[in-house]
Amino acid sequence: MLLQHAASAGSHPLSGTAAEWVWLLPLLPLLGFLVNGALSLASAFRFGPDDPSADHGHATHAHPASHAEAQDAPGHHHEHGAHGDDHHPVARHKFANLATLVGPAVLGASFALALAIFFAMQGAHADAPFVQRYFSWMPVGDLQIDVAFQLDQLSMIMVLVITGVGTLIHLFSVGYMQDDPGYPRYFAYLNLFVFFMLLLVLGANYPMMFIGWEGVGLCSYLLIGFWFSEKANADAGKKAFIVNRIGDFGFLVAMFLLFANLGTLDYVGVAAAAPSLVFGGALVTAICLFLFLGCTGKSAQIPLYVWLPDAMAGPTPVSALIHAATMVTAGVYLIARSAAIFAMAPAASLTVVVVGALTALFAASIGLKQWDIKKVLAYSTVSQLGFMFIAVGAGAYVAGVFHLVTHAFFKALLFLGSGSVIYAMHRAYHATHSHEDAQDMRNMGGLKSHMRVTWILMWIATLAIAGVPFFSGFFSKDEILGFVWQRAGHSTLADTTWLGISGRPILYAVYFMGLAAALMTAVYMTRMMIYTFHGPNRTGERERAHLGEAPWVMTGPLVVLGMLSALGGWLNLPSFAKFLGPAHVLDHWLEPVVGPATAMVARGAPEIAHSTEYMLVGAAVAIGLLGIAIAFARLKPAPLVPKSQALPEEGFERVLANKYYVDEAYDAALVQPTVRLSRGLLWRGVDSGLIDGVAVNGSASVARFIGWMGSQLQSGQVGTYAWVLVIGVVAVLGAFTLR
Amino acid sequence: MLAESLFFSAVLFTIGVVGVLTRRNAIILFMCVELMLNAVNLTFVAFAQAYGAAGQVFVFFVMTVAAAEAAVGLAIIIALFRHRQTVDLTNINLLKG
Repeated sequence: MLLQHAASAGSHPLSGTAAEWVWLLPLLPLLGFLVNGALSLASAFRFGPDDPSADHGHATHAHPASHAEAQDAPGHHHEHGAHGDDHHPVARHKFANLATLVGPAVLGASFALALAIFFAMQGAHADAPFVQRYFSWMPVGDLQIDVAFQLDQLSMIMVLVITGVGTLIHLFSVGYMQDDPGYPRYFAYLNLFVFFMLLLVLGANYPMMFIGWEGVGLCSYLLIGFWFSEKANADAGKKAFIVNRIGDFGFLVAMFLLFANLGTLDYVGVAAAAPSLVFGGALVTAICLFLFLGCTGKSAQIPLYVWLPDAMAGPTPVSALIHAATMVTAGVYLIARSAAIFAMAPAASLTVVVVGALTALFAASIGLKQWDIKKVLAYSTVSQLGFMFIAVGAGAYVAGVFHLVTHAFFKALLFLGSGSVIYAMHRAYHATHSHEDAQDMRNMGGLKSHMRVTWILMWIATLAIAGVPFFSGFFSKDEILGFVWQRAGHSTLADTTWLGISGRPILYAVYFMGLAAALMTAVYMTRMMIYTFHGPNRTGERERAHLGEAPWVMTGPLVVLGMLSALGGWLNLPSFAKFLGPAHVLDHWLEPVVGPATAMVARGAPEIAHSTEYMLVGAAVAIGLLGIAIAFARLKPAPLVPKSQALPEEGFERVLANKYYVDEAYDAALVQPTVRLSRGLLWRGVDSGLIDGVAVNGSASVARFIGWMGSQLQSGQVGTYAWVLVIGVVAVLGAFTLR
Repeated sequence: MLAESLFFSAVLFTIGVVGVLTRRNAIILFMCVELMLNAVNLTFVAFAQAYGAAGQVFVFFVMTVAAAEAAVGLAIIIALFRHRQTVDLTNINLLKG
């Protein structure tokens, strides 16, 4: 921090305000990571005999990995039935209280600081980004990469979401994970995740973002495989990590292209140099497509979405924080951040729109037939991310970020609510030593009388995501669909062609795909609510007595998120809802960052006509309500039976329940050939044959042969040596004499 | 006078070399080495007569070193004989590849 350039921010309106402390934002979670990590390690490497004062001998075992109990933590399948009845499944960590203090506190402090910076920004009217340089990281020839943070309206929004929602999820975790033997390790990973996420959104250049990008990937891997003693969880972590590598390749290539052609990787420099590129040219299109490849990995879009549903193997608060609210939206942030380039590449933007729409529709249809409550929410997340990409692809960057924020609220609430349900189910099954699946909706039903608070809050989130008027999701989803319609009428996207098809019909098609996805969203969310909370209870006679609401440390964050889900729309009210409050707040707030790019895509299009706007809103509302009505009319919980007695699905339902067999197709088309190629050619052929055989052992054989030849000269006969010596002398003397 | 001396020492040296190359008895080999040394000494003395006394100094050095070498060499041969009951060099070939 001492190296900080005083001049770099000298004249900025934010210099001298709380924004000067921006470096502390990520540093606080890093500190929490260090403390919690130390606590975790301190208990892992304890020398000497076990603490005699501990009443559970097994609870003081050195490492949770060696522990059967790690598998009994909530939010987790335990069909393996490995846990014996004599084992008490709780193993509260001996440093748990300290971790409870540190983990959420650093997040809270970060959030408080973020608020202070936010208020400082509100007063300052800073149109230019506030860039704070710390030191030069990679000064190589023309390449100048600084470790620097950029604070502007976009990163501010992201920081508020990450620290705000993050704090709530940390608090929830205190209850959810309380009896897990890996408690401090959990908070260490979670804090590290927030550190990297803040690095991702605060970095002032693409390489800084890439560090955060990779770091959150690492934390995602660590947390998906948090209960790594079961192979399925560890595999899910690896899958997420490997699939993301494909996307990272795209991100890297995009960075190389940017540097090679623009000579800079700073956001400010790139945004300034972007107009010098050829509009719609091959180069800018390639850059955008490679960036988008990175997004498809991190933000789970077709074709790389397959890791996200599997990522539900992690603890449920992790799913809420990483795999719903923050990390998976990094791709949306990346495109909004690169708006200046994407506005130059209409064909690439159209690709983003189309892939987003296909993903939204595809994932929503899979969500219709999932039984695992978290899998429903996972596919819902993929689908909603598709909506965000429709928005940022169509040059409605504000709408994309708006949906990102509201989605963070209601999806975090849904995940935490499902966590609360799983927690209750798990406790009930645990009390009776049953090994039923605590996450399967066929085992739930009728929970509303047992968990009233969760039930009400989950309904709020469901109405929000379904797009029921005046809930947050209504405004954001409506804005996205409205923008698609508007762009279809008049924009650079509509005037371009994509794979030989004109952009305009594609955008109209995307609008209807969005409506269809919205309809399915309403259906599967209502289905989830009906099967979980309504109808008769299917948990089991003995278990029913143990069902109950979670403690307040868990329901408290739910209540806050419930309020945010209900009222989040007020962030960016449309013009027609002016009677509710000030309209277009977020539009005005983000105007300095994405305004020029948005205007470029819109090509000075006129405001959408009021009659059309009412029609679009009417259609969206009708679709949402229709979806809920369909679900209530068609889905009756009565004929459902618990999972153990359920019959497999038939026909197309089976295709949906098996997720269109995409995982199987990938396995057959990509994974198995890769494995076979690796085993047959690369391992046996190249590694064993060429490298080990020819290169390593071959050169050893040559050396050995030459050595053997030399050793044959050593006969041990002094006479021979004397002859050699004399012949040598004569030869040398002769050579000198005859020269 | 110089030419004759040099020719004589060359003959002596060649006899020594041929002896080293052809004989197998370690003692005879040793004597042949001494013969070669003394052939060189003779050259030194012959040159010293023509060009100044420096060559004679070398002769003393060579004789001193040869004496020391003879002592060590004979001791080795005796030790070898005690060990192997032979001084035939064709039988002494432990150091081979």
